[in-house]
This record gives sequence, structure tokens and C-alpha cells, in this order.
Amino acid sequence: MTRRPGAAAGGALSHFRICDFTGQLAGAGATRFLAAFGAQVIRIEDPVPEGRWDILRGNPPYVDERRGIELGGAFNNHNVEKLGITLNLRTERARELLRQLIGVSDVVSENFSAGVLDRWGFDYEALKAIRPDIIYVSNCGFGHSGPYRDYKTWGPIVQAVSGLTFGSALPDEPPAGWGYSYMDHTGGYFMAIAILMALHHRNVTGEGQWVDLACTEAACTLNGPALLDATVNGRPLRREGMPHANRSQFPPMAPHNIYAARGEDNWIAVACRSDEEWRALRELVGERWTQDPRWDGLSGRLEFEDELDRNMELWTRGHERFELAARIRDAGLPATAVQRPEERIDKDRNTEGWGLWPSVKHTVIGDARVDGLPVHLSETDWRLERGAPCLGEHNDYVYGEVLGLAPAEMASLREEGVI
Amino acid sequence: MSGPLADLCVVELCSERGAWAGKLLADMRADVVKVEPPGGDITRTYPPFLDDEPGPERSLYFWHYNTSKRGVTLDLESDAGRDAFRRLAARADILLEDRDPGVMAALGLDFPDLQPSNERLIYVSITPFGRNAPRANEPANDLTILAGGGPGWNNGYDDHSLPPVRGGGNQGYHTGCHFAVMSALVALLHRDNGGRGQHVDVNMHAAANVTTEAGTYNWLVARETVQRQTGRHAAENPTMPSQVRSADGRYVNTGVAPRRPHDFKLIHQWLEELDLLEHFHPAALLLLGAECERIDLSKLAFDEDWRAIYGAGREAMASIASHLTAYDFFTGAQKRGFQVGIIYSPEEAMADPHFVARGFPVEVEHREHGRSFTYPGAPYKFEKSPWSVHRAPLLGEHNDEWLPK
Repeated sequence: MTRRPGAAAGGALSHFRICDFTGQLAGAGATRFLAAFGAQVIRIEDPVPEGRWDILRGNPPYVDERRGIELGGAFNNHNVEKLGITLNLRTERARELLRQLIGVSDVVSENFSAGVLDRWGFDYEALKAIRPDIIYVSNCGFGHSGPYRDYKTWGPIVQAVSGLTFGSALPDEPPAGWGYSYMDHTGGYFMAIAILMALHHRNVTGEGQWVDLACTEAACTLNGPALLDATVNGRPLRREGMPHANRSQFPPMAPHNIYAARGEDNWIAVACRSDEEWRALRELVGERWTQDPRWDGLSGRLEFEDELDRNMELWTRGHERFELAARIRDAGLPATAVQRPEERIDKDRNTEGWGLWPSVKHTVIGDARVDGLPVHLSETDWRLERGAPCLGEHNDYVYGEVLGLAPAEMASLREEGVI
Repeated sequence: MSGPLADLCVVELCSERGAWAGKLLADMRADVVKVEPPGGDITRTYPPFLDDEPGPERSLYFWHYNTSKRGVTLDLESDAGRDAFRRLAARADILLEDRDPGVMAALGLDFPDLQPSNERLIYVSITPFGRNAPRANEPANDLTILAGGGPGWNNGYDDHSLPPVRGGGNQGYHTGCHFAVMSALVALLHRDNGGRGQHVDVNMHAAANVTTEAGTYNWLVARETVQRQTGRHAAENPTMPSQVRSADGRYVNTGVAPRRPHDFKLIHQWLEELDLLEHFHPAALLLLGAECERIDLSKLAFDEDWRAIYGAGREAMASIASHLTAYDFFTGAQKRGFQVGIIYSPEEAMADPHFVARGFPVEVEHREHGRSFTYPGAPYKFEKSPWSVHRAPLLGEHNDEWLPK
């Protein structure tokens, strides 16, 4: 279906306008969520480098053999349902247009390094002068104060410094880390939470405010129990034999691991949460080793966990992982094949009925599948139909209808390279 | 000053799956009332314990996930308990629950049961696979959510005889809870705008599934399957290592390799300052890099000279990293404009001078123990309505206040 670019989806957030400088994933992921619920997100891009301050623009993956600034698959994924305008902030005329846009926006969002917006003359004081109740949410690696305020990050650096990389490891091995930017996703979630909370605060009090989100700090909050074990009990996570991310310390349980299954690079995850579940598993395995009384209670299973895991893996190795996981689940224990992308996306019956991979229409790319949302709201659900904006795709709408510029004026702005 | 959520009453019936969502709201000063069974929530039995002694008021796991909440105990198996729960829900703005699908309906406490007496209620269900889904009733926990939902396939080592790695710290639960909070707030803003309350169905497995970056979109868009690698992004084709062991035995992430002419100049100077230049054979390539234009990664495969220069830059970073302590490499490289990271353990991160200067570690008073303890602080700094924290509730601590007879 087609709908006017500015006509919001009639969603829960359709009465909000976001003046959006975010990019990559850590920022773009936040405003993506808001756009899915109808917020009018106006993404501002620099026409001079063709919007490449977002490194995902024009970069792989691609749907077909075509290449170019409009064809980046990741960019499309992270910017669905947003409007896109171009604005060359090196010019005074552009800065004047930005002031006008901020004047009619509820939120200014950005995930530049600290200081970028200040240098253009748009620090929080300036934003407030334009619109006193503006909400400004900045998301950068180390925040806007402190000794590292000028340090630069991307997801893996945030994960490294916060302890998340360290905690993703097997004993006697270097950190495995996260094989993707977990904290770009999650930084975006925290940023969306911050924007939404600030909007509610404004609804109640009439006040806007600045939220300084330091992605590394948000990440540090995600290590809770291990952190308190260190600060309260003096037991650091950096110690002999730790971490072992595939086992469970809090709460302790065993078996609890990822085991090899039949075939090449095939794995199965199994968690046994109680003695009762162990008895069910023992019956299912049905091998002699399981009768050893050492395994009857949790303390024995933990004390001899290496041996227990070796035995478990000898058993799992002989089985097809999906079939075995289903049998273990039937016995009442959490179990799953470690799913490859094609398996969890195209072959998991749970995701299809959920509508987890909607197809959006991008002006140049055409139809493309993107991440959906893992939630459904009974009254005001999300909707993802329109692909990411092309460079300046909504200039006419935003400059013309939102800011009220005449066509001749827009033509001269184009000519002068302002938009 | 009051928190952004200071006007909100939240009832939380959550255990390990959903308590993080309640904490995120409570630390922003929503009045979160945690409902536990008379014997206490099971997470009170989870280690680590204060001084390693178990006890319902000594679980650091419970402490962390339940800060800033109030606590009441109710026996939902009894009529009186369910009635009291209904009374709580009747005046709540948000109800968070993480029970298995069907449990709340069997108790007569599901959304359709509670909505008639509170049109404004936002009822958030946090379950492993979503309600009413084909797999809704399958057992799951943090491990299987991450392993089945996508992150597992992405995390691990170059050596594929080693298993995929879960990633520590309950991140499967956290991700589901982030979506629970985001969605509850969307529903709240709808209500602020004149709408009524609603049901929010959170699917934790789906939350992990859409939180794997290229692991997902490379398949959706190009049918490519990424492969896990040590300490860096999983990728369809192997990429160069980016994790180096420093002189003090810690690891660093050497991040984005030098690409700009200025970067090559800086790194050459740094080698010189460290007296490493004469042992670094490709030094001449660094000088060449300082004279060339910025390296375009997309053209690297076709340009042999660029490839050599780029490789020399990476090697120089790795060489410096292995000669310095992790901290000196991290700060030295960042001061020169390179995006690198020290791989801290969680406790080392919290002791870092930057986080200390920003007030991230916070002291939380536990009067019963006559002490205060250091907790992780705010994930975001709100200027007008700051995050704040107080200790988790004792078992039934607020029964008298919240459950009038």
C-alpha cells in the first residue's frame, strides 16, 4: 500500500516528530523503533558525502547485482519508515532551516562523537533557545563528560571496555566476545527508552531535557550479579577457570552447556534446571553412565561437571540436533539446536505467524525483508511497510509541507547545494 | 526533582525473566510493587550471596535485579491473595508479568480479567516465545533463547571445534526486557494522548532473533550465512583478527585499522617514541601510507599497494599492543584518535577512572547489614529527572503499606 510520506501510520506515536541525526545502528535502531509506531522520524543527511557519515549507506549486503548509495541492505534495515532529507550544515542557510525544523520537532536525537553537534552551533543550550521544551538525547560511547569524552567507539569497543566481551568466553581461551554489535542494538534500545521516558516526563511536567547516554555505561549495567559478586564479596570474574559463558553460575545448574551434535559444526544447547529435570534427562539418555549416584544431586553434578559434560557430549554427538532437542524439550528441559540464520529465519514456525520478517518497499531496492519487532500491542501495534529513505527523498514534503517553503525557494536551495 | 515516571504505579509479577524490566522502571522512580509468593521469589535463592551465606535477604542476584522496588507477598493460590492482586492491578498503570502462557488465565488474572476494572491498564506479558504462538509452551531459559534465537551462532572462536558461546550475563532475558520496557512506554504515551490501556505480548526468542545485526540481514537480503570468529564480527568470509594480548596478559581490541594518511603518520611516530621502529620491518610502508590518499576498504581487494599498506598499519597496531599494558595501549591509541578498546572484566570496568569520574559506581545503603555496597549506576543521565536507586525490598517489606487488611 502507499501512503503520503508525512501521513503517519496512525500509530501510538504519530503525534511526535523526531529531528533525527542518528546513524549506523546504535542510533538508527532507536528511532527505527519509534518510527514503527508511527513517530514521524526525519532523518537528516549530509548531501556532500552523499550521506556517508553513516557508513552503512551503500554498503553490503545487496539484494541483487546493483550497487550504489541507495542499495545498502543494512541501511535499509535500520531506517525503515523514516523520512530522509538532505541538509548541508556548512552553510548558514542550512543552519537556519535546521532551526526551523527543530522548532517544530519534539526530539533531537544523535549518536555522533561528543561535540559534533556543538561545533555546528547546536548544543543543548542552543536547542533550548529554539524550543524550550525540546528533548535532546545524545548517545555516544563514553558520554559527554569525563576523561574519555573524546574517545571514539563502535559496538565492539563498547563491548570490550564494559566487560561484555570478557564475559563471553570459555575457560583457558581468549575472549570470544560477541560476533556482532550487541551494544549497537542494545545502545539503541536504551536510547529509545530514554526518548520515550523523556516524552512522558514532558507530558506530565511540560519540561524538555537533555539525556546524556553513554553506551559503555549502559553496557556496564548488564553484568549485574557478577559485578556485585566482585564489589560485595571481592570475587572478581577475572579468575582461574572463569568465565565459562555456556555454563550457569547464577543460578548454578548442570548439565548446562552447548554440545556437539551429529554433522559438521552442529550444536545443541541443553539446560537442566533441577534434580527432577535431571531424572527426566537420565531416563531419556538411558545410558549406563547416567546411573552413577554422583549425578543425582546438583552438588555432584557441579563438582564433576567436566566429566558430566564429556559424557553428555558423547551422547549428543550421535544425534541429529533438531530431533534431539525436541525429545529433550518433550521431557520438560530447555533445549535447542544452535540455529543457523536460515533455520531461525525461514524454518522456525514461530516466526512466521508472528510476522517477524516483514517485507518493506524501498523506492530503489524494491521489496526487501527486514527485522520485525518481537512484540505485539493489542491496540496500537507496529507497522513496517516503507523502506529506508533515499537521499533527500522527502525534501519536498519536509521543506515544502512541514516548513512551508515555496517550490522556487526549494529550487534555489538545491542549486546552492544547501539541500 | 522527581523521576520521569514518578506518577506511575507498576505491579510486577516477575521472576528471572522479567525482573530487569521492572528495575529499569523502578530506577526511574516509577512506584514498582513486586509481588512475591509468601516464601519469596525463587531468585532469592540464587547466588552469589553476601559473604557466600544463602538466605532470602542475601542474594546479590535478587539485590541487583530488584533495586528501587517495593515488595509485597501474596499467595495467588488463595482467593484472598488473588483478590488483593486484583485490587493492586485496579490502580496500576502498568502490570509486568513473566509467567508461562496460560498461568495468568488459570488464575483469573489475565488481561481480559483485569481490564474491566481498569481501562487504563497496560498489561505486559514477557514469555520465551510469545503468547498464542506455536512454540508458546516449550521450556526455555537464557541459554536456549540465545542459542536458538541467533546470537549463539554468531559468538565463538575461529576454531569451530569449539562450541558457539552464549555470552554471559543473562543477555537473552535483558533483550526481551528492553523490548518490554520500550513497548510499555509506547503504550503509556498512547494513553497520555487519550488512548486506553492495552496488552503487550513480548516474545524473548524473537527479541534475540532481531538482535543479531548482520547475522540476520545478510541472510534476509543476500542469503549469506555468517561464520563465527574469535573476538570480532561473524562474517561470511574470514576477516583479520582484531584481538591482541598485551604485555600485562590482558587483551585489547585493536578496532578499526589505520586508513587515513594522518593515521599512518601518527602510528609511525608512536613506534618511534616506543623505540620499536627498528624492529618493525614494514615501517617504510607506514611512511608510504602517510603519503597516499585515504584507503578505501571496498577497493582493497583490487589494489596490492593499498593492501600492503593497510596490512602494515594493522600489524603496527598489533605490535604496539603486545609491547604495552592493555591500559597504556587503550589510552595511548585513543588519544591518537584510534578507536580501540581494552577488554576489561566487569569489575575492572567499573573501577576505571572515567566511569568513576562520571559517578557511575553508586553506593547503595543496606541498613539491615549496617553497610553500603557498590552497585552499577545509571545507564543514562537525565538532566531533569535523574535515575536513582535504593536497595531491593526485604521479603514482604511493604505488606502493611500496600495490602491494607
